[in-house]
Amino acid sequence: MHEISLVASLLEIMRDEMGKYSAGTRLSSVIVRCGALSNALPEALSTAFTVMTQDTEFAGVDLEIEEDALRLACGACGEEFTPEDFPVSSLAPCPRCGEELAHRVLAGRELYVRRLTII
Amino acid sequence: MEKPVVRSLLEANDAGAAELRALFAERGIAVLNFIGSPGAGKTALLEKTFRDLGGEFSMAVIEGDPQTDNDARRIAAAGGRAVQVNTGGGCHLDAALVRRALGGLDLKGLDLLFIENVGNLVCPVEFDCGEDCKVALLSVTEGDDKPEKYPLLFNLASVMVLNKIDLLPHVDFSLERAERFARRLNGELAVLPLSCRNGEGLDGWYDFLRRVRAKKAERAAVGR
Repeated sequence: MHEISLVASLLEIMRDEMGKYSAGTRLSSVIVRCGALSNALPEALSTAFTVMTQDTEFAGVDLEIEEDALRLACGACGEEFTPEDFPVSSLAPCPRCGEELAHRVLAGRELYVRRLTII
Repeated sequence: MEKPVVRSLLEANDAGAAELRALFAERGIAVLNFIGSPGAGKTALLEKTFRDLGGEFSMAVIEGDPQTDNDARRIAAAGGRAVQVNTGGGCHLDAALVRRALGGLDLKGLDLLFIENVGNLVCPVEFDCGEDCKVALLSVTEGDDKPEKYPLLFNLASVMVLNKIDLLPHVDFSLERAERFARRLNGELAVLPLSCRNGEGLDGWYDFLRRVRAKKAERAAVGR
């Protein structure tokens, strides 16, 4: 549900970035990178984006969400792995030693704007 | 034209939280962000704290709720200072809401500031409010698998309070299991089982508060 706040922040970033270009330049698409452990649901982000851009200068801008796979380093043996049941949780058995807890998250927490396409 | 950008969706909140943190550091105010389910006992623990430590510390609460000022009134009845923030249905407090709430609080001489977040184990975790530590508040009626289900909260929290332990004989909650999972998620986590109802374990919580406050005051004194 906090996706609405996240999209409000995304719109601010888009506004700020577009302020760097001359009038008449238009944003056609934005790519957001969303990690499996970011606690943000891509579907909820998309819905919030559609609703919140209606009747604004960003109406019709295409939001593309790239989902980032989870990458963990085992808390016991250090083995790096992506859990089989991606993308649910950092509590997954290590394929080498079976440890389930205390893994370090190497990738999957990201939530950022990666690219704007302007025309 | 494609333009690469790397800007976090949480950047505005993180910047706001950094400003709050600087303000609290300068004044030596220790700030604790309470995160727990609705009904876990966040307000009850604060009521107890105000009644028992009211003579020792100057304390205030920012109460975050979707609606009503019931919690702020409960704190006031316990002799505490509270500012209510209604999120209008929103699921969490953020740095901007905390900043706005500070307008209704006199920070002078304040030792401890509690942020009682909206009852929710997911969304509040994402939004830094400039606190020194997050308090994960869980009650034994909720199930001992919460640390497994909501790992991020227990990862980032400094302390896990397990409330309502007076009900342990009546529920299938294993303190050992909850503690084991939470500690393995976060080796630094302090675990404080207590009961706001009969007062058991509250001393441990008060000692924790004294430590957090002393550390903050010490750092503020060094900074001056």
